[in-house]
Amino acid sequence: MTPVSSKLHTDDVSLLMVSIDTNPFFWNSMKSALPFSRFLSHVLAFLNSILLLNQLNQVVVIATGYNSCGYIFDSSTSQIQDQRAENLLQKLEEFVEKDEAQCREDSVDGPGFSLLSGSLSMALCYIQRVFRSGPLHPQPRILCLHGSPDGPGQYVAVMNSIFSAQRSMVPIDSCVIGAQHSAFLQQASYITGGVYLKPQLLDGLFQYLLTVFATDLYSRGFLQLPRPAGVDFRASCFCHKNTIDMGYICSVCLSIFCKHQKKCTTCGSVFGEAQVQDSSTTAERKRKAP
Amino acid sequence: MADKQVVKRAKYKSSVKDPGVAGVLKMRMERFVFVPNDPTSATKLNVEFRTIKGHKFTKEGSSKQALLNLTQDQGENYIFEFDSFSDRDACREYVATAIAHHSEAGRLVNEKSNVPVSNEQLSRAETERRIKLLQENSELQALHKQLVFGGILTDDEFWATRKKLLDHSDSRKPKQRLALKNEMWSVKPLSDGQSNRVTFNLTPEIIHQIFAEKPAVRQAYLNFVPNKMTEKEFWTKYSRAEYLHSTKNVVAAAAEAAEDEELAVFLKQDDMLANEARRKVDPTVDMKADEGDDYTHLPDHGLLGDETKDVLESQYKPYRRSFAQDLNQHASVVLQGRLVDELGDTRSVAEALARTKQAELSDEISNRNLEKELSDKICRMAEIEDLQGPRDTAVAPLSIKDPRDYFDSQHANALKALGDAGTGTKPLKSSVSSSKAYGSLRDLVSEIRGTGLSDPIMSHDVALKVLSGLTQNISSTRFHLGINPNESVLNRLPKVTKEELLHHWTSIQELLKHFWSSYPITTKYLYTKVTRLKDAMSQVYPKLQEIKESVQSDFRHQVSLLVHPMLQALDAAFAHYEADAQRRSSKSGERPNGFT
Repeated sequence: MTPVSSKLHTDDVSLLMVSIDTNPFFWNSMKSALPFSRFLSHVLAFLNSILLLNQLNQVVVIATGYNSCGYIFDSSTSQIQDQRAENLLQKLEEFVEKDEAQCREDSVDGPGFSLLSGSLSMALCYIQRVFRSGPLHPQPRILCLHGSPDGPGQYVAVMNSIFSAQRSMVPIDSCVIGAQHSAFLQQASYITGGVYLKPQLLDGLFQYLLTVFATDLYSRGFLQLPRPAGVDFRASCFCHKNTIDMGYICSVCLSIFCKHQKKCTTCGSVFGEAQVQDSSTTAERKRKAP
Repeated sequence: MADKQVVKRAKYKSSVKDPGVAGVLKMRMERFVFVPNDPTSATKLNVEFRTIKGHKFTKEGSSKQALLNLTQDQGENYIFEFDSFSDRDACREYVATAIAHHSEAGRLVNEKSNVPVSNEQLSRAETERRIKLLQENSELQALHKQLVFGGILTDDEFWATRKKLLDHSDSRKPKQRLALKNEMWSVKPLSDGQSNRVTFNLTPEIIHQIFAEKPAVRQAYLNFVPNKMTEKEFWTKYSRAEYLHSTKNVVAAAAEAAEDEELAVFLKQDDMLANEARRKVDPTVDMKADEGDDYTHLPDHGLLGDETKDVLESQYKPYRRSFAQDLNQHASVVLQGRLVDELGDTRSVAEALARTKQAELSDEISNRNLEKELSDKICRMAEIEDLQGPRDTAVAPLSIKDPRDYFDSQHANALKALGDAGTGTKPLKSSVSSSKAYGSLRDLVSEIRGTGLSDPIMSHDVALKVLSGLTQNISSTRFHLGINPNESVLNRLPKVTKEELLHHWTSIQELLKHFWSSYPITTKYLYTKVTRLKDAMSQVYPKLQEIKESVQSDFRHQVSLLVHPMLQALDAAFAHYEADAQRRSSKSGERPNGFT
């Protein structure tokens, strides 16, 4: 990296880690709404704009595939400027091939899940390295451009990355281009203090990206960015997966049930007996006594 | 107990000095009767216990009479003298129970007439606490008035959830005590420039401090005063000693000490102090310990210098008082705080201090495992984790199911809950072969590599739509939530409405709290309570509607937004109530066969 003089290092120098969803099954389902090529053109223009905003801005792109994740672009490596897009696309193609080679399934139902946890972890590792590079470093943030649904198996890993991002004070912005909201990303943005947006008009994705996600952390102090109406933190019961307001909770592992159970299905602890309140049981008792 | 009666010989006196009329005193629950031995005497008494409000009696003592004085409300006293104290005590106990019995009966009758009856007997202190709390907190008072006087909740139920408040108000916080002064030489003599007189001013505060810091002086005081010398002489001698010390003239001090043995006590080093210091000097306060480390301030920087100076001093050693030691002692005393609270008579202060020191000493002797404690402490502070043995957890490890199963349907919930149909695309449920999917992706990438970025990226009208949509979104939330968080909707409403709303909110909270805590309904009491609460809650609806209508039209929407969660909570409660009622009625409808 070229040595940086402190005078040029203003408050709004940022390091943007972009995590792009390259899950082929998801993009296959999005063919009509927003084909991958159009999506890429929006994203590339956006990346160029970020690098234009400040001389010292850095951009790193991570592709989130179905089986693996990989870095496909790093603006801090020396390269000729007009070949940036070319390099990125070439690396992307190589990545897709590699990802395909690792694919063990012949067919997948529906959109499938992308490895969000993997790309978040890679982003955070890169950020940690930047933190240790010296006193002058750009302010990092993560932008997730995702559309695939949340993979339940990644819940723990995603929550861990969210908490470590919170610890390092790295905001996670989310731009969800899929059909449904993503609970993971909602929580991620909420906990780390980032922006969550689900664009209504996918044709104008570039405009969304420029208006909302190009703002650096310093400017966010005085700019108003769209706030989501609420985060879906609601609980669902473990037995029927319905959203409930009132239920029973196991005192050992805190799993939620909508009906009274004798034993907790998650941790196996046995619950005590409920209060006897039915008249039928008293009737039985009466009958038993001669 | 009611039919037991006490019969004793006694003398009835109209006043204490009166010799008294001998007779027999019969006491029953309802009344007591005194019949004099002499049938011709006119002092017959027949008094109902209802009228007796109190009783007094003389203490047991050889020279005193065994008297029992029964007092009435109107001021009439009946004094009885008994032959022995045991007789008097027996009568006294009986009288006490009789009075208590009657006053209770009276009190119960009174209580029924006002405020709803409480089942338990409240102690006076408890009622006082409650009243005090109500007086302090006007909100609480309003709530209490509405709920308890309206007959919705009983007093007990209201306070049952507020035990914490009651406990706090009662706990006697230990009063802050004034600490010892931190000045060391407050006994500054005033020296008259002209004459040779030096005046010391000693106030009780200073004396207390002197006793606290210098145990030898305290001991000397206890020994010398008042036997050997008066207090004034004692302090004169002490002041003289202090003066000598302040002049730092060791030779003179030794000379005077040789003359006057009492003065010597003040001038010598404090042995008791030395003992204490050896035992426990708090290392954070120990000034003496630092001396050894600090070689820069020693004469000659601690190097071995001329030894000649020391010869003179060996005989004066006892008369030297090191400043560092004084400072140590002073610091430890101040940190310890005030041991004795009152500043009474000097002698009593000295004695009190001596006693506390004695107690400390005996405590320490009994705990000889100080060293063990110390070593434990060190181990805990400087724990080296690798060298510790494995700690058994004594807890069974928790086995948790795969979170996958839980999460599978969070999706469906999210979809249902947010009701977002998406951008019009239906998720493809058909399965796609992986090679096909990857193939199409690769094609798209190479396509864009070939064609490059389109120009323009997107059409301008789409951009305009996006921008206006975003700004509207942002500005609308700003409009609703307010520019600064302090200026909430509530504050913009007229004061009366605001208070009404808040009051309704707190009362709804309270009602709901009691409502939900009564489920599941197991006793009849809970059932009646729930019906009461339900009626009260159903009365809230029209009141809230009234408030909504009374507000100006531009605020109406916000007020309804504010009121909405309250109504939701009430609706949920009602729904539960109805479901439960239905379940009960259906259950009572069906009866198992053979049961009548």
